Amino acid sequence: MATKASRSAARLMMAPAVILLLGWMLVPLIMTLWFSFRVYLPLRGGDQGWAGFDNYIRFVTSSAFWPSVQTTLIIVIGVLAITVIFGILIALLLDQPIWGQGVVRILVIAPFFVMPTVSALVWKNMFMDPVNGLFSHLWRFFGAEPVSWLSDASLPSIIMIVSWQWLPFATLILLTAVQSLDSEQLEAAEMDGAPWHKRFWFLVLPHLSRAITIVILIQTIFLLAIFAEIFVTTGGAFGTRTLSYLIFQRVLESQNVGLGSAGGVYAIILANIVAIFLMRIVGKNLD
Amino acid sequence: MSLKSTLCAATALTLVTAGGAFADAHSATITIATVNNGDMIRMQGYTDQFTAETGIAVEWVTLEENVLRQRVTTDITTNGGQFDIMTIGMYETPIWGANGWLVALDDLSAEYDAADILPAMAGGLSYDGTLFAAPFYGESSMVMYRTDLMEAAGLEMPTAPTWTFIREAAAAMTDRDAEINGICLRGKAGWGEGGAFITAMSNSFGARWFDMDWNAQFDTEAWANTLNFFKGMMDESGPAGYATNGFNENLSLFNQGKCGMWIDATVAASFVTGADSTVADSVGFALAPDNGLGKRSNWLWAWALAIPAGTQQEAEAKQFIEWATSKDYIELVAANEGWANVPPGARTSLYENPNYQAVPFAQMTLDSILSADPNNSTVEPSPYVGVQFAAIPEFAGIASEVSQEFSAAYAGQQTVEEALAKAQAITNEAMEAAGYR
Amino acid sequence: MARSVTPRRKLLNTTAAWAIGLLIFFPILWTILTSFKTEAQAIAAPPIFLGFDWTLENYRVVLERSDYARFLWNSIIIAGLSTLIGVAIAVPAAWSMAFVPSKRTKDILLWMLSTKMLPAVGVLYPIYLLFIQLGLLDSRAGLVVVLMLINLPIIVWMLYTYFKEIPGEILEAARMDGATLPQELLYVLTPMAIPGIASTMLLNFILAWNEAFWTLNLTAVNAAPLTAFIASYSSPEGLFFAKLSAASTMAIAPILILGWFSQKQLVRGLTFGAVK
Repeated sequence: MATKASRSAARLMMAPAVILLLGWMLVPLIMTLWFSFRVYLPLRGGDQGWAGFDNYIRFVTSSAFWPSVQTTLIIVIGVLAITVIFGILIALLLDQPIWGQGVVRILVIAPFFVMPTVSALVWKNMFMDPVNGLFSHLWRFFGAEPVSWLSDASLPSIIMIVSWQWLPFATLILLTAVQSLDSEQLEAAEMDGAPWHKRFWFLVLPHLSRAITIVILIQTIFLLAIFAEIFVTTGGAFGTRTLSYLIFQRVLESQNVGLGSAGGVYAIILANIVAIFLMRIVGKNLD
Repeated sequence: MSLKSTLCAATALTLVTAGGAFADAHSATITIATVNNGDMIRMQGYTDQFTAETGIAVEWVTLEENVLRQRVTTDITTNGGQFDIMTIGMYETPIWGANGWLVALDDLSAEYDAADILPAMAGGLSYDGTLFAAPFYGESSMVMYRTDLMEAAGLEMPTAPTWTFIREAAAAMTDRDAEINGICLRGKAGWGEGGAFITAMSNSFGARWFDMDWNAQFDTEAWANTLNFFKGMMDESGPAGYATNGFNENLSLFNQGKCGMWIDATVAASFVTGADSTVADSVGFALAPDNGLGKRSNWLWAWALAIPAGTQQEAEAKQFIEWATSKDYIELVAANEGWANVPPGARTSLYENPNYQAVPFAQMTLDSILSADPNNSTVEPSPYVGVQFAAIPEFAGIASEVSQEFSAAYAGQQTVEEALAKAQAITNEAMEAAGYR
Repeated sequence: MARSVTPRRKLLNTTAAWAIGLLIFFPILWTILTSFKTEAQAIAAPPIFLGFDWTLENYRVVLERSDYARFLWNSIIIAGLSTLIGVAIAVPAAWSMAFVPSKRTKDILLWMLSTKMLPAVGVLYPIYLLFIQLGLLDSRAGLVVVLMLINLPIIVWMLYTYFKEIPGEILEAARMDGATLPQELLYVLTPMAIPGIASTMLLNFILAWNEAFWTLNLTAVNAAPLTAFIASYSSPEGLFFAKLSAASTMAIAPILILGWFSQKQLVRGLTFGAVK
């Protein structure tokens, strides 16, 4: 049993991490809150005084706000769906005895090592370019009209690029979970004549639920903040402006730090709503 | 030789080397932020000569245009002091100069001959009559066209074409089966990409961004005409997916022989007639088109070197700027890479040089530059300075969003009317927020 | 749940797995191939797969233009140190959460994760101003701290889930034998936790290596890592696919090789307590 002494020791050991993160959270947060109530225009000489709630009202009433929230959620949900579904399938496949398992595993994991900027550049220029991209050659080869991916199918294209980057992470975590599945239980079920979809639904999936939770949780945190993929490919055009991209436009393109900071506060609120929502649904899997 | 003397010699040698390294680290080093365009990359290659001449070491921070802009803007507005020289354009210079963030370049040496800088360039890079950035190269825009395809279509390009002629010629040259598009233009979102093109084009249609009271003008017929004409012509004769094409994409298309005409930056002339181009032998040049309203559709831009106020190395930075934008530097590049590859559009003397006059696009570049007037760019009066932009701090943000709406219209995701209505709302909203209206 | 299957089934699985693996890997393979082409071959239609004149010209140009070694060294230092420091801070925290849990442990964990949700661009100006005040702009130390803080929640969380899998009885037994807390940490816990710590470090090294917002915006020359190196090759005037590919390959190669050699470790360690 934990004694009083070990409790205080535990607190002491947690202290550095907690204090550092508290500082890392509070300092920028307080500065963001401060700026969000100021008229802060760097190109007009900086801080121009008190703004009240103007920035908050202006940010949320802008015609770009709700579409950007929607875009953010579509991208997050789309990528989560693709990575989890394909992650499970690939994990199940990789768990089967196959020749060259190690090499295949490396091939599948590799995209995770690629910088987001690089992967966006590669996809945009070498695959999705409507004239010189590999897809356009492929389409022409089959006699079809090449697709202008980044304008005509902008959101699916971005979801695809981001999914490609995160699929390895999902696969990796799901694979470790699959490997720990009790094979005797499965075999017994197979003997009993349970069809594959029932085995999957009642045995495999419940076993994976914890791993799926982890994938969703970690990925959501990163996906809410994706930026490089959009900056490089569409620059926010064609309905791909996410909330964090909108904040980027306000802060850096329009050089209105006050307005952008108000957007930052909204983004924190959105992220926390998503987090609470997630916790409600999947939180129990974490214990 | 004894062990002892060997050791002594070794120690002495180490000391000398270390001392040398020490001295080296303490001689002046300047840090320059620049854009990754071909002329700048070339300049980096010649920096060793500058260091050899002056003893000043140079550190380069080379970034792509958008990242560079965000990086240097953050640094200048917060007085971060990360750079001794920044590469900026005609948009930033007057705004930064007005804020007192740049070192005035009014005491350049006599050999430098500041009076030789093309007046249009010097004007665009000054605030209140003081030069704040020295042009490394300058550009306007013009028509580049395929002489062989024009001939095959039985047409002849006038020196100063109209938009109507361009549209007809584009349709005549288009051959979808042979993958030849009559005309390639920028449709890509971004104020420096498609935004710059459509704004310059709108000038020739009699449109303007703002009236004298800073009201957005996208609800005018002139803007509707501009956009409808652009989209109509590009849908007829433009390449697939033109809504995502910027300078780079069009350059590559033109070089691959897939464009009949391309209206873009005059600096592209040396690329389309250069070694990477498959059509180098059959390129002609003409002034950017007009509509007979008195304004042509060409822009004016310069990439220029400026010194942020507060740098510790002002004198060294000035020395570098004098070197990089000098007549001698042009001679240096000409001697090594040929006259076609020197940085164009900055100096009058370059265009008086018979060697350079022999370059096929030299005269047309000069004529284009001379026909652009940032102080008087629109048919109806406007309150702003700039041809393809308005030199106010809010413009970059507004124009980025507006051009996104335009690109969505080019891609067929909304109508031209919808795009213009949104542009009008975005612009007025932002101008209100900035306190203009 | 690996079982013995018929050879036919194995062949089928192998084919499917290889097809998927190659499909996923193809963009990287294509980038590497393109880096050995000339610019003209890089955009040739139809595309050339292997039958081109292999050239190292692009690498030569890139190496001549940029000080690759410096960017690489900065990346290694920044990603490495931020990971090491992060783990050093996170291990005690995760240990105490896992073995001396309280009612608030889960709340603290979730709070830690939530600190990652402030969008980076929203705090660029505050952080930039702070860095100017502290004189940390363009310093490796500044970036190490920022990247460490960004990834700390993930590190703590990963270690926590991993430590939780270590049976508490072993620690109690050690305690019974009179082991002190530091001894317990050093001799009992550490050996059992090493796979987990190693994979945590690996994952965070990758995350720090690929971080492209702060590393780009807070550096100029001295501390600029490979993400800044890439920013000088993306979208130049003219399309240079081959050179871009060469630069991209050089930016991802070190981490790809590291991942290649350590992927077994990564798979083994990344259990996240999923093994029940």
